[in-house]
Amino acid sequence: MIKRRGHKIREGSQGSPQPITGPHPPTTAQGRGGHFGTTAARSTSVPAPPMAAPAPPSRSSPVSLRARRPPAANGGRRGRRRERARGGAAMEEVSARFVAQKISKARWRPLPAAALQPPDVFATGSWDNEDNRLSVWAVGELGSGEYLGEPQLLCDIGHDGDVMDMQFLDQERIVVASSTGSVTVFRHHQNNQTLSVNQRWEKAHYHVDQDTSCGGAACTGVICNNPEIVTVGEDGRINLFRADQKDAVRTIDNADSSTLHAVTFLRTTEILTVNSIGQLKIWDFRQQRNEPSQIFSLTGERVPLHCVDRHPNQQHIVATGGQDGMLSIWDIRQGTMPVSLLSAHEAEMWEVHFHPSNPDHLFTCSEDGSLWHWDTSTDVSEKPSFLHHGGRSTTYLSHSTINQSVVCAWLNNDPTKDRMEITNLIPNQTLSVNSLDVLGPCLVYGTDAEAIYVNRQLFA
Amino acid sequence: MEEADTEPPLVVVPGADPASRQLCFEWGPAEVLVCETRFGRGGGGDAAPGSSRVFVVRRDQDIYIQTLRKLFNESHGVFIGLQRCEEELAGKSRKAHLVQVSKNYRSVIRACMEDMHRAAAATRDPALHSQYSTQVSILSAMELIWNLCEILFVEAAAAGPLLLRLLDWIRLHVCDVDSMVREVLSSENPSKHKLFWNVVDVFVLQGRMDEARHLLSKEASANPTSMSMYKVLDDLMMKMPLGNTQTLTELELKWQHWHEECQRYLRDGTFASNPHMESICKILAGDENAMLEKKELLTTWYHFLVTRLLYSHPTVKPMELHFYAQSSMDLFLGEESSPEPLDTILMAAFEFELHQVIKECSIALSNWWFVAHLTDLLDHCKLLQSHNLYFGSNMREFLLLEYASGLFSHHSLWQLGVDYFDHCREYGRVYLELHIERIPLNTEQKALKVLRICEQRHMHEQVRSICKIMAMKALRNNRLGSALSWSIRAKDAAFATLISDRFLKDYCERGCFSDLDLIDNLGPSMLLSDRLTFLGKYREFHRLYGEKRFSEAAKLLLMLMTAHIAPCSFWMTLLTDALPLLEQKEVIFSAEQTYELMQCLEDLTAGKPDKKEGEPQLLRLMCDDDVETTKVEMLRLALARNLARVIVKEGTLEGS
Repeated sequence: MIKRRGHKIREGSQGSPQPITGPHPPTTAQGRGGHFGTTAARSTSVPAPPMAAPAPPSRSSPVSLRARRPPAANGGRRGRRRERARGGAAMEEVSARFVAQKISKARWRPLPAAALQPPDVFATGSWDNEDNRLSVWAVGELGSGEYLGEPQLLCDIGHDGDVMDMQFLDQERIVVASSTGSVTVFRHHQNNQTLSVNQRWEKAHYHVDQDTSCGGAACTGVICNNPEIVTVGEDGRINLFRADQKDAVRTIDNADSSTLHAVTFLRTTEILTVNSIGQLKIWDFRQQRNEPSQIFSLTGERVPLHCVDRHPNQQHIVATGGQDGMLSIWDIRQGTMPVSLLSAHEAEMWEVHFHPSNPDHLFTCSEDGSLWHWDTSTDVSEKPSFLHHGGRSTTYLSHSTINQSVVCAWLNNDPTKDRMEITNLIPNQTLSVNSLDVLGPCLVYGTDAEAIYVNRQLFA
Repeated sequence: MEEADTEPPLVVVPGADPASRQLCFEWGPAEVLVCETRFGRGGGGDAAPGSSRVFVVRRDQDIYIQTLRKLFNESHGVFIGLQRCEEELAGKSRKAHLVQVSKNYRSVIRACMEDMHRAAAATRDPALHSQYSTQVSILSAMELIWNLCEILFVEAAAAGPLLLRLLDWIRLHVCDVDSMVREVLSSENPSKHKLFWNVVDVFVLQGRMDEARHLLSKEASANPTSMSMYKVLDDLMMKMPLGNTQTLTELELKWQHWHEECQRYLRDGTFASNPHMESICKILAGDENAMLEKKELLTTWYHFLVTRLLYSHPTVKPMELHFYAQSSMDLFLGEESSPEPLDTILMAAFEFELHQVIKECSIALSNWWFVAHLTDLLDHCKLLQSHNLYFGSNMREFLLLEYASGLFSHHSLWQLGVDYFDHCREYGRVYLELHIERIPLNTEQKALKVLRICEQRHMHEQVRSICKIMAMKALRNNRLGSALSWSIRAKDAAFATLISDRFLKDYCERGCFSDLDLIDNLGPSMLLSDRLTFLGKYREFHRLYGEKRFSEAAKLLLMLMTAHIAPCSFWMTLLTDALPLLEQKEVIFSAEQTYELMQCLEDLTAGKPDKKEGEPQLLRLMCDDDVETTKVEMLRLALARNLARVIVKEGTLEGS
């Protein structure tokens, strides 16, 4: 071990190594300057190091466009995909922070109904650590009006096992699913910035062992619709809890013979689950039978599905993401197969989210370290330019505008109305992006590279 | 084998007592397991009874420091970027790129250092505080060494710019003067401050002329009597040639003139009345003793070296450095103190002994991070080609492997290690194969991540082994569906057979299938193993039967036996399943099919007696046999009746 003689690092309060005017050391001028300055300087100048360092030439190579039609005759749709060059100024909107734990989940705190300002608090959960934590972070202005670049830790609390999934129940309570099989409700006390356990269902998910009595099974998914909480797990079990009741309201044992990966509400009494043999199932809690009311599946291939989300306004439109990185759009009113299959990521798609208030936008993230923004709201004015020549476009324009307002862009099967624009928001990442969340103009995502990123101007 | 350069350090394992019990050990990739044996010290007899303990001794301990994880993760990105850009760049842009990468690495170290510093300031626990401070000083030393290597090796600055770079290096790293400067400048009357001349001296020693002049002008305005003297010194300092722009000879010429001017003023005794100014002028003239008088302000020998070069040899060539470095160190440290590891490392760098630098760093630092990344960068500068080790492939790969193995022994950082192994051409894959299998898989999600790593690299053996582990776990948890999914993913026919048998056994016991959603959706994966095919087909038979498509069901059932898809042990069950079909009102089996069924039954009963061996088994079979014989007889009866009916029916049909 060596120590340096006679050197001290500069005092934290002091930013630049040169207190009075003079030549700056070249590292400050040419290097990733931010690092040499104060925290604020660091996050404003180049906020997403080191992936965001000035673009090396290799980045410009475009990711090939692959769009597969579904095996069914439904007619696929090709996505127009471009990688937006996001260097320099464009990067400023992203702020990053290395947090010394692999992030498995990131969720914005929901906004109060009348709120106008963008979200400013989010929670993260870690995985694969010796001591996993649930943390609450703040971004943006805090009281004093000072702009904080990096997300600031408000409080955290230890969590037993990996955080497998996480949902805000309301403004204060967070439901966390653990790999130990327990489901915990944490309360975030905003007046003194602490977290405490509000309620816990131990071994909500468990295996009935051959020899011993039982062992916990990972709880893989949780969804809330205050006060109801639905959890699914590796044991193929579905639990329905109520936030204020100690025991499960309803349990469906052996609901699925394979692992259930995710769950979401379809309507107040119906839920959607996806499993590891590529099936999408609808369960209706009004029925007493412990069987799904409907089963959808990708034909033949049995590719596991990892995530599911429902269109916020049009409840029959559902998006799922699979092990092969494929995005499937389903219309649950008709057929048992997806309306379109869009080849996307190179590896497991871990999460898919429709934008809650702007559902023409969809976000997906993947094990391959990419995060895609799917945009079907491409400007109508831009559209006719490659569909029509000359003045005749006006008639088409009005037609298509009407059409778009009636038929949702996601179910649009006509290949000529190809209007999807896809942007990869992280061009140079290597490790998995495990989770993302969108709310208003803000995006938060967490990675296996132990960093969290916040983009506060998604639609800028 | 070469001799070891230093004595290996002694590691005391707390709790282990080699005096009372003999210890044994086992090497691991990044750890050593030490355990207490049952043998005592003397005489080889058994030691006092009691539980023996196992100790895990870790080598790369820095991996476990929480605050350094940021360093590992962030530098991982820089490392990947460096490997990716390797092929595309050539010539000048390549060098610029490498310097940029080096700076990125340094800023990662800096960022980590600042975080650590902040943490040290925030903590109240004195033990923690000292731990953080130690880390800060280590990181700071690493950055110092890296920066020097960057100047000398990566950038390979030529005479002229070399000195400017070294000056920057000193200014960046000797920074405790900054607080002094602030103190002086914020005082009411800077020129009266007791540290005023110290600050001016520091500026002069670091070659920060503009700042020194700025301060001196304050003093001059406060002290009009010695105005002329200030004017002269100010003029000297302003005129000092330093340069990027002019050629080396130009610079040398200008510098010579300026130097003589300084000497002249000294000889003339211009500054005799003011000792402070005189000493500054002496320094400007390159007087080493005058510099050494400011030892306190110089703080280190390498600062002295750079100051000395600045005022006596501004056009020093890289190859001459080691000569000045050695003498500076000797002059500065004098007799009393011996060089510390950091000094030796820096000296090796000044001597352009690359391998010595890496070696000394490996010995002195408690982590592989530094040497692995530095060596990799230097290798990309094509500076290490000639050196081959007598083990492994080359130094870069050896160090990267060590570092990555350390990462893999960490419960959470293993994911970073994968990419490092990927960029070790020779042994990386073997290392990865051995390490990846040993990652504990506590959730399916983690297993999927590990699987993805293996599948991307076409490591079929490992894929199979991971899937098997997961399938075995699922089986133990009675999750047959999951287990089958895993074995299908692994394309593991034997295991699929095992699980299919479990399904069939469960069916025999319970009379109904579990996990129908899976079995009904097997699709093409059904063909993985014969038993699985049978399971799928048998279930299909049940479905056809349930849908009252009897003739199709009968055909399928017969096919299962005649094509030998069904295992022999299951034939009895299949024949029993045929009973209700035989007893249906309408005739289902044709004459030919009935004959085949009979053939099957005969084959089955004929094969039976062979198995009867041993007394107890015989007894058990005896009572089983009661049921069995009844079954066989019922079957025979049903078959005969069916045959009778079908002969009549077929006869009539043909006749009509």
